[in-house]
Amino acid sequence: MNLDPKIFEPKRPGSQDVAWCPGCGNFGIRNILKRAFVELGLNPWEVVIISGIGQAAKMPHYINVHGYHTLHGRAIPIATAVKASNPELTVIAEGGDGDMYAEGGNHLIHAIRRNPNITVLIHDNQIYGLTKGQASPTTMLGMKTPTQPWGVFEEPFNPIALAVALNASFVARTFMGYFKESVEIIKEAIQHKGLAIVDILHPCVSFNKLNTYTWYREHTYWMEDHDPYDREEAFKRAIEKDPLPLGVFYINERPTFEEMSPAYKRDKTPLWKRVPKVEEIKRILDLKRRF
Amino acid sequence: MPKFIKDVSIVLGGAAGQGIQTVEETLTRVLKLSGYNVYANKEYMSRVRGGVNTTEIRVSSEKVRAFVRRIDILIPFKRGVLPWVEKRISKNTVVLGEKENVEEEFLENVTFIEVPLSKISKEVGGSLYLNTVAAGVIAGLFHADIKVLEEYLRKRFGGKGEEIVEKNIEAAIRGYDLGRKLCEEKKVEIEVSKDESVKDDILLSGTEAIALGALAGGMNFLSFYPMSPSTGVAVFLAQHAEDFEIIVEQVEDEISAINMALGAWFAGARAMVTTSGGGFALMTEAISLAGMAENPVVVHLAQRPGPATGLPTRTMQGDLNLALHAGHGEFPRIILAPGTIGEAFYLTAEAFNLADKYQVPVIIMTDEYLVDTYYNISDIEFDRIKVEKHVVEAEEDYKRYKLTEDGISPRAIPGYGKGVVVANGNEHDEYGDITEDEELSRIMQEKRAIRKLETIKKSAKLPKLVGDENARYLVIGWGSTFHVIREALERLNTDDVAFLHFSWVYPLREDIREMLDGKVTIDIESNVTGQFAQLLKRELGVEVNYKILKYDGRPFSVEEICDALKGVLK
Repeated sequence: MNLDPKIFEPKRPGSQDVAWCPGCGNFGIRNILKRAFVELGLNPWEVVIISGIGQAAKMPHYINVHGYHTLHGRAIPIATAVKASNPELTVIAEGGDGDMYAEGGNHLIHAIRRNPNITVLIHDNQIYGLTKGQASPTTMLGMKTPTQPWGVFEEPFNPIALAVALNASFVARTFMGYFKESVEIIKEAIQHKGLAIVDILHPCVSFNKLNTYTWYREHTYWMEDHDPYDREEAFKRAIEKDPLPLGVFYINERPTFEEMSPAYKRDKTPLWKRVPKVEEIKRILDLKRRF
Repeated sequence: MPKFIKDVSIVLGGAAGQGIQTVEETLTRVLKLSGYNVYANKEYMSRVRGGVNTTEIRVSSEKVRAFVRRIDILIPFKRGVLPWVEKRISKNTVVLGEKENVEEEFLENVTFIEVPLSKISKEVGGSLYLNTVAAGVIAGLFHADIKVLEEYLRKRFGGKGEEIVEKNIEAAIRGYDLGRKLCEEKKVEIEVSKDESVKDDILLSGTEAIALGALAGGMNFLSFYPMSPSTGVAVFLAQHAEDFEIIVEQVEDEISAINMALGAWFAGARAMVTTSGGGFALMTEAISLAGMAENPVVVHLAQRPGPATGLPTRTMQGDLNLALHAGHGEFPRIILAPGTIGEAFYLTAEAFNLADKYQVPVIIMTDEYLVDTYYNISDIEFDRIKVEKHVVEAEEDYKRYKLTEDGISPRAIPGYGKGVVVANGNEHDEYGDITEDEELSRIMQEKRAIRKLETIKKSAKLPKLVGDENARYLVIGWGSTFHVIREALERLNTDDVAFLHFSWVYPLREDIREMLDGKVTIDIESNVTGQFAQLLKRELGVEVNYKILKYDGRPFSVEEICDALKGVLK
């Protein structure tokens, strides 16, 4: 097993000039991911990151795995299909709070229902960074931004409560400032069979002056003695606001989308290796010669 | 006494939920197995119960494949049918059925023959059997094979128990005898010849041809959101998903459907979405991603009249401009529009090779008319279909967007090889990483929108010429209107008019201009503004001389095109 995270550092010319701000939480998340991949014994060609649009979604350019930098909000359906087309791959959908909770909110809801065996990583910095500081669905009440100069009055989106309410397969939250714990959560999420949602709190050093590294340390705590198989308890924890609980809230083992699909009932071959069943088509056409 | 020779148009009319589809299915199958050529098309309202829906069945000596306005035999299953088809009936129309279903004012204008369908079905066991009695009457008029009719009913109702089967057979025989009697008493006279070889033909609908063609092309992933008239393809594929071991998923919206299809192709599957105009409109952002990321995808776009919800269950060729321009930015695409059931099969199969080879969206345009039409075809030639895969192994230092002369970069997929594949919707360098470089941005735009488009154009198919190449007039059509225009021209029977049918709609080859040169061109299409004529002007600089346009949501009829052409030719 290769234990050197360097294999996940891309050498491509376009991947050297990183577009994240100095001190951005995205750097920490990248280190957490690399460490998790290494500890899971994964190779770069075994992992696919499908990202949406935003600063978080630039991850595929700065980490050496397969990547597809797609559209705002659409990472989840694309990742779902990648996994369904080739279940041998480790598939991650990655994006920010705007990407996954605003533009892609409907896809998140239905992915929870569909339960593909993918990991959804949300870089949640409670603000829009790339478009320079507008409120996101998770921006705290009262925060003033250039486009909400009167202060945010919309109830902040609670992804954890939503996921537990929809009986999601795996629901966790971490703060990227806690490296070791975050690595363990990401590893557990990737290994979990079914849709694993990890809300990763991280500061935006340029546009969110409220939710800083210090703020997250002071306003979060690790859940201890929490039974993630207890849905009611998970929901109680999910709606706690201050301090925010960190850790695995909820685990619900259930069949995945790929497992339920007729494509893999008898044959586990990835779709790209398959050939059309011409004899079956001929059989149907022959039936249409009769009745 | 009405006499129908060689070609009879039968129309069944009833409320949604009244079961006229059962009559249609029984008749088309039994008549075909008796040796008759059959064609069927339905028009229906966007409702689950009530209203008036009609089905036209043409039974003929020759293979006819187009909608006619004329109704020879009409069976109304409720009041309101005759007013609904008022423009299609005359004194020559035989109306078979019960007086209560025929409005008084029509009794004098048609040839009404009272047939006590309700009375017979009640005697057999209840109103449940009315449809079977009606099917029996028509089968009798055509002297269809009664054994085939019995066998069909046995199969159709077998799951409902022996009693139901026997009663249906009794109902059918009572109807059949009545139909025979009408012929013997010369109340109706029908002369349509049977052909032994037709019995072995395949009865295939546009919907089935698209779905089976996709499977033949290697499709193994379908994502969709239900929308008339495209849903039939998804229903068919879902019904057969286990046998073909494919993924068929009804998703949350069309946005998800198309993005899933993109993801599936990215991972090496062959994916398709099936949708109609409104759904396709939602997909346009991802179509643009497919253009930028050079992500293959196949779209079945079954058109219905818009804008917005429009006429959900009716037909039109109004979304050509949408398909041509879908997606922001500039990138190539391929648009195909089958003209026949056979072509729907072959072109759909081929669409997957084209998408794979050129890494572009391939849009197959049908419409409600084509998907809901069916007729007997002799065979599907499987040697015409070849699955060509264009996936390469990802080696180290793999460049997803390698610059090549023809604009096509060899496409690797995750899961094959030890290099990594980076695809991107942002402007990118050859590796797929984001770039804002001035020179590279220009080169990449040209790679996609110019070089790749030129490569596709070189292999584009020419339109099909029907008739004399020296004809003075040239009718131009695209997509589902092939047979109706062809039959109209046969009726006109003049060497002076030929027909150029486009099933490869975009991109158009330059040498098509020569085919149009010096001709008096007549564009026939089913939309308000002549969108295909606009395309010819834009691409080839050719202005058509006449336009025959229809946009009432109904399909063109043979008579209508004949009349319109006579107007032009006079």
